[in-house]
Amino acid sequence: MKKDLVSINDFNKEEILHILDMAKKFEANPDQNLLNGKVIAVLFFEPSTRTRLSFESAIQRLGGRVIGFSEATNTSVKKGESLGDTIRTINQYSDMIIMRNPLDGSARYASENCTVPFINAGDGSNQHPTQCLLDLYSILQTQHTLDNLNITFVGDLKYGRTVHSLVKAMTDFNTTFHLVSPLELKLPSAVKYYIKKNNLPYFQYERLEDAIPLSDIIYMTRIQQERFADPMEYEKVKNSYILNANMLSNVKPNMKILHPLPRVNEIDISVDATPYAYYFQQAQNGLFVRQALICYMLGIEV
Amino acid sequence: MQDNYNKKELKVSALENGTVIDHIPQGVVLQVLRALQLEDFNDAIYLGSNLDSHKMGKKGIIKVSNKFFEKEDINKIALIAPSATIIEIKNYEIIRKTKVELPDEVIGLVKCINPKCITNNEKITTKFIVQNDLDEVQFRCYYCEKTMRKEDLEFL
Repeated sequence: MKKDLVSINDFNKEEILHILDMAKKFEANPDQNLLNGKVIAVLFFEPSTRTRLSFESAIQRLGGRVIGFSEATNTSVKKGESLGDTIRTINQYSDMIIMRNPLDGSARYASENCTVPFINAGDGSNQHPTQCLLDLYSILQTQHTLDNLNITFVGDLKYGRTVHSLVKAMTDFNTTFHLVSPLELKLPSAVKYYIKKNNLPYFQYERLEDAIPLSDIIYMTRIQQERFADPMEYEKVKNSYILNANMLSNVKPNMKILHPLPRVNEIDISVDATPYAYYFQQAQNGLFVRQALICYMLGIEV
Repeated sequence: MQDNYNKKELKVSALENGTVIDHIPQGVVLQVLRALQLEDFNDAIYLGSNLDSHKMGKKGIIKVSNKFFEKEDINKIALIAPSATIIEIKNYEIIRKTKVELPDEVIGLVKCINPKCITNNEKITTKFIVQNDLDEVQFRCYYCEKTMRKEDLEFL
């Protein structure tokens, strides 16, 4: 059976650890001619900087070739072609399909319409599993383990898909969850479901300061004004979830701060120079993880 | 006279062989019919609606001649008619009586609540995974992965 990665749950713990292990080898040596001219379709129906370019860089550093588009406007989608038909066609031109699409669930549907391996590069507000893999890799590289960690998620826990995927993935590793958010943006019960199902401890906070000293990882996200029905509510909370260097006086020495980027103001630039900032290396890890994932899906061992 | 009248009524409603779906909540008889894909069925089907019921006040009933359902098929109606009883009849005798149970998956029966879901934007058969392991039953869309509660369900 062909391999697909639509949701992080499509991979079991062993597969995830295997890919992270492969990523370490690419971090040591990112330029390897392993794809040997294979053609990979990179289809972006909506804009992206990091995800698309890191996928394309990953392919090209491995000696593969890229076909595709970075917006749907100059394709037959514009003429009203269905996603199913588009994918069935491109399936015949490529050895693998990587897709980002604004509709939720489009990735699962696309994966059912192709016979080559499929990677979801983000389907609307649903899943972004390669972000999750690079988050996991960043945690592993900074903590040297994924087991028994205290992970603090901060900001928009209600709509943040990266938070949802990472929470789900971390339930395999005996994590203690610290959830910091305004009341309006609490982690949805559909995601807490996975924590409860695994009988793991979780604590909810409205004050960021309360969770900082307990954390091995602080995973920051952006709070968007449009998420609030009442603008007054936004004004009340907008500055409560901004991390600055002064707040880091009593942290664990191993603590690292992650952020899926782009950030706006939720991590003050004063944090960038501290030893706790890891978000830029995190973005770079996306390259190694995507190299590992592509090789794994094509059955290429390193 | 009285006897004959009763017999006549029995003739219309009694099945020799087939399945009776009893205790259908009032108002969803046609939905049940559709869910079981009986619209193109060739043999006799009797429908009853607004019938008096001890337990339910009013109820609906469907009798399908010479048809016995697979468990997965019959469980599809658990969403629409959770109170339904399935009675299987051979030679006018009741051979089995069961209650419907929630299936593991619901395919092509309900609409996803999420307007941004691909199933609401392209012609795709919907599919939901039934999550029955916490306090409340939830339905997770196989495509967009959003979960719905029972009261959110909208039938196609």
